[in-house]
Amino acid sequence: MAYAAGVDVGSTQSKAAIVDEEGNLVATALDDTGANVVQAAEKVYQQALQAAKLREEEVDYVIGTGYGRYKVTFGNAQVTEISCHGRGAVKMFPETRTVIDMGGQDTKAISVSPAGEINDFCMNDKCAAGTGRFLGAAAMALDLSLDDLGPTALKSDKPVRISTTCTVFAESEVLSWLGKGKKLPDILWGVHQSIATRTIGLVRRVGLEEKITFTGGVTRNVAMVKALEDRLGTRLNVNEQAHYMGALGAALFALDHILDSRKPAADSEVA
Amino acid sequence: MDCTVGIDVGSTYTKCVILSADGKIVSRKLAQTGFKLGEVSARLLNETLAESGLERSDIGYVIATGFGRHQVEDKDAAVTDLTAAARGTAFFFPDTRTVLDIGGQTMKASRIDENCKVDSFRLNDKCAAGTGAFLEKTAHYMGFKTEDVGPLLTTSRESVSISGVCAVFAESEVINHLSQGTAPADIMQGAISSLIKRSVQLMKRVRAEPGYTLVGGLLRFRTMVDEVQDKLGQKVNVPEGDLVQFAAAMGAAVLGHRRMQQLGMGTGLTVGSGAA
Repeated sequence: MAYAAGVDVGSTQSKAAIVDEEGNLVATALDDTGANVVQAAEKVYQQALQAAKLREEEVDYVIGTGYGRYKVTFGNAQVTEISCHGRGAVKMFPETRTVIDMGGQDTKAISVSPAGEINDFCMNDKCAAGTGRFLGAAAMALDLSLDDLGPTALKSDKPVRISTTCTVFAESEVLSWLGKGKKLPDILWGVHQSIATRTIGLVRRVGLEEKITFTGGVTRNVAMVKALEDRLGTRLNVNEQAHYMGALGAALFALDHILDSRKPAADSEVA
Repeated sequence: MDCTVGIDVGSTYTKCVILSADGKIVSRKLAQTGFKLGEVSARLLNETLAESGLERSDIGYVIATGFGRHQVEDKDAAVTDLTAAARGTAFFFPDTRTVLDIGGQTMKASRIDENCKVDSFRLNDKCAAGTGAFLEKTAHYMGFKTEDVGPLLTTSRESVSISGVCAVFAESEVINHLSQGTAPADIMQGAISSLIKRSVQLMKRVRAEPGYTLVGGLLRFRTMVDEVQDKLGQKVNVPEGDLVQFAAAMGAAVLGHRRMQQLGMGTGLTVGSGAA
């Protein structure tokens, strides 16, 4: 049995995924990226190997992806995270035509073909507004953990309207709402709605075609899923593996390479 | 009854000034704005009065300005910060035609005519890149406090390139530079340069004319002034010392005298008289 792996080194967290010869997900691992990117990639890959009970030499091909993909020193090749998220999403949810990937520092809208190829994509590259960082800033200002944000926001009955665009200014706006006596859930729900609005602007630019699959670290936030679904008026494909979609896509590309190398060369067939 | 008060509730600091009829600053004070805008402005007005030895009844007119002007309860009128800054800068420097105001959360460029009317203005108020918050974040990423920025800058030898498109994304840039052994002072200087680049662009968009006056809390850093002069190839006016922070408050107080005159309560001020 051959195995392939994908390592997705994101701005905030690193993810690893291992697939078997049939493309089934055998193991995943997750860790903070931190300052030492090379080490983070290595560590998360080792964790995935351990979870899969595999030795390094049993994995035939490794592909690095994410912003730190060139720091995956043990990787055999690199593929952009846009291709990987598209590939992973179509594998997990074959009816996917649009992918929304929300990570620590960027949000991407990706339009994919039924085969998982990228038609078009759009991302925030100049500004952190509407990314996971906006949630991080709110959590910091309110002294909450990221995991508490979603459940707290869902208790809101009268959300405030967050007017700032910039993540830096959002921190002070959140505090000023608290100062005005607004309730925590109402402020937080407002924050989620504001991110959802910006994200949908991005999605419209690549064309909004169903089904929509939600990937990236922010998928763990229940309120973000709900805010997006409310604004889109449709259900999103999302599951516990959504955080690993980029790593899964990378592993599938690695598997392609293994399977391709087994095929007899095309010119020898002709001969 | 012949003094006026100008109170400028900015995003980061609230400034209060008492101006006599002969154009002298009787007293001035500033405090962090925080989140209770009404409270901080009332407290600051009381403190400024206490320092001047005047009573509230000695004040003929109070004008509030700045983003929190509507939260000031004890006021006779409110004016926008652009109008106030135009008056204030022209009071200090009558030849002012272009005002650049860099504060904690906004950057504003405006072109004014010889009667202190704002002809054209541009704001950068949706994005922290280009404001004091950008420098503050850059300092924090390196483990420095906001008040360390000034002393840190004096030790910079050269400036490194900081793209300055987003105060959040600057964090990765800063970390990259630090890991390559760049001195924090040089990174800070790079952040200043990117800020100045933005401010010069903003001034171009209002079709800036010579007669530049720079105001706002960030102009306390001498290196900012030098860099703007360098980029513009022109000398610029800068109010002395901490007066850079008081331009809008001063303008509001100047306008107060004008209103009093219109109401037949005083003789008003001559613009530029008693300039600091």
